[in-house]
Amino acid sequence: MALLEVADLEARYGWTKVLHGIRFAVEDGGITTILGANGAGKTTTLRAVCGMVRTAGEIRFDGARIAGRATEDIVRLGIAHVPEGRGTFMQLTVEENLRLGAYARRATGAPARDLARIYDYFPVLGERRSQTAGSLSGGEQQMLAVGRALMLRPRLLLLDEPSLGLAPLVAREIFRIVRAINREERVSILLVEQNVATALDLADHAYLLETGRVVVSGPSAELRRDDAIRRSYLGY
Amino acid sequence: MEIFVQQVVSGLATGGIYGSVALALVMIYQATDVVNFAQGEMAMFSTYLAWSMLNAGVPYWAAFFATLAVAFVGGLAIERVVIRPVENAPVLTIVIVCIGLLVILNSVAGWLYSYIQKPFPSPFPAKPFKIGDIFFGAHDLGALGVTLLVLVVLYVFFRYTTLGLAMRAAAQNPVSSRLCGIRVGWMLALGWGFAALVGAVAGMMIAPIVFLDPNMMSGILIYAFASATLGGFTSPGGAVLGGLIVGVTENLVGTYVRFIGTELKLTVALAMILIVLLVRPSGLFGRVAVHRV
Ligand SMILES: Nc1ncnc2c1ncn2[C@@H]1O[C@H](COP(=O)(O)OP(=O)(O)O)[C@@H](O)[C@H]1O
Ligand SMILES: [Mg+2]
Repeated sequence: MALLEVADLEARYGWTKVLHGIRFAVEDGGITTILGANGAGKTTTLRAVCGMVRTAGEIRFDGARIAGRATEDIVRLGIAHVPEGRGTFMQLTVEENLRLGAYARRATGAPARDLARIYDYFPVLGERRSQTAGSLSGGEQQMLAVGRALMLRPRLLLLDEPSLGLAPLVAREIFRIVRAINREERVSILLVEQNVATALDLADHAYLLETGRVVVSGPSAELRRDDAIRRSYLGY
Repeated sequence: MEIFVQQVVSGLATGGIYGSVALALVMIYQATDVVNFAQGEMAMFSTYLAWSMLNAGVPYWAAFFATLAVAFVGGLAIERVVIRPVENAPVLTIVIVCIGLLVILNSVAGWLYSYIQKPFPSPFPAKPFKIGDIFFGAHDLGALGVTLLVLVVLYVFFRYTTLGLAMRAAAQNPVSSRLCGIRVGWMLALGWGFAALVGAVAGMMIAPIVFLDPNMMSGILIYAFASATLGGFTSPGGAVLGGLIVGVTENLVGTYVRFIGTELKLTVALAMILIVLLVRPSGLFGRVAVHRV
């Protein structure tokens, strides 16, 4: 069964329509990736799922309609978003950033254990826990953004270009952890990624967006063999 | 020497009050980029509430804490009812709303209580207090103590509680805060509540010194602006320290520079604002504002 189901999704900024009725799904425990050139509408799609832009159409999470609900409430259902630009709280410490990630479930939380788990995944964050987050490098801030999202103990994790601007080694580390989160903690993932080869490796389903429309979709193994995708995105 | 020490202590007492009003300004400014020109009148109005309760025979500290509670709820309500509808309007619109609030609070207070000055009691003994060989006004020491206590409580709240953390987060990065599940609008309202509460403490501590009347806070607000400017409008600690510096400077200049005396003291505050803005616009502790274009 699909954990997230989206149909006929439209989104607009002011008068400009950016998504023109797209349909996709994330399986429970699965990884779905959305591919596409700059400006295709990938970020907007993730924003639409957590109620950060005006939308029309159907968005179902675990069977319940969430379109039109406030971001704060959607987050409480267990949807964590690692946003474009990382969304770091620059003047707060690393640990404060992480504690904020657990804010939505603070009634049930045992943050000490969750913090330990994040520091286990990202030892460098543990070393810098009392530094201000603004002093971290880009790669460390990306780890912090992923860590903050995991503090929610989400059921669905939205990742917006987690490897953007990272050194290849750091990017690989992030993807190793994304895979681990998915396998060991059964967190479903919706991944937007510019590195198409890596994204198709990780994901079970993929959707290719072009100017706000899905033009190709299917199991990632199939998309990897698709001629158009090979030529334009994989380069062979 | 004795006069010098006395003037410094009483400067710290009034400076702490300027600092708290400055802190209230900074709290709201950091969250919404708006200078709340009505901050002083909100404090004045709270002080009148305290005066009414005291007049009705309520014991001082009971009236004090009841006033804090009412001020907190009042600040929260003002944000929800008056500020919220213009939240996304240009800054100038919000400033005009604040000024409107100032005028309304001032004239309602005048209408309810008249513009005649009223004495306001101090909870501290009238007899001066002797430390070593030097006498200090008990109200000066008491007011300084109360102010510092309030600041310490606020510091602990913002630094060590989850709600305090969420409020700081909401002020810094509303978009990310929403993604953490924080109800940003309510955090801003809480900020107004706390600012009103701090202002109420300042009003009740300054009223015994300057007497209670609807215009009591207009001078104090200028000093608070000087304090916040000096500390940098982005630094809560800087605002408080700025207040202490302004309070002490004001007193010492008034005492030792003959031609200034008590009449020109306010000019000192304005001069300090000007000098800071010319020499170091971000204040002593503020961050330089970076505006993306
Ligand atoms: N805040 C915004 N206001 C107006 N237009 C926007 C905004 N954000 C994105 N857009 C436009 O929406 C389209 C899709 O953008 P986006 O979803 O960010 O694409 P992608 O993430 O695939 O690069 C682009 O044409 C972009 O210019
Ligand atoms: Mg994008």
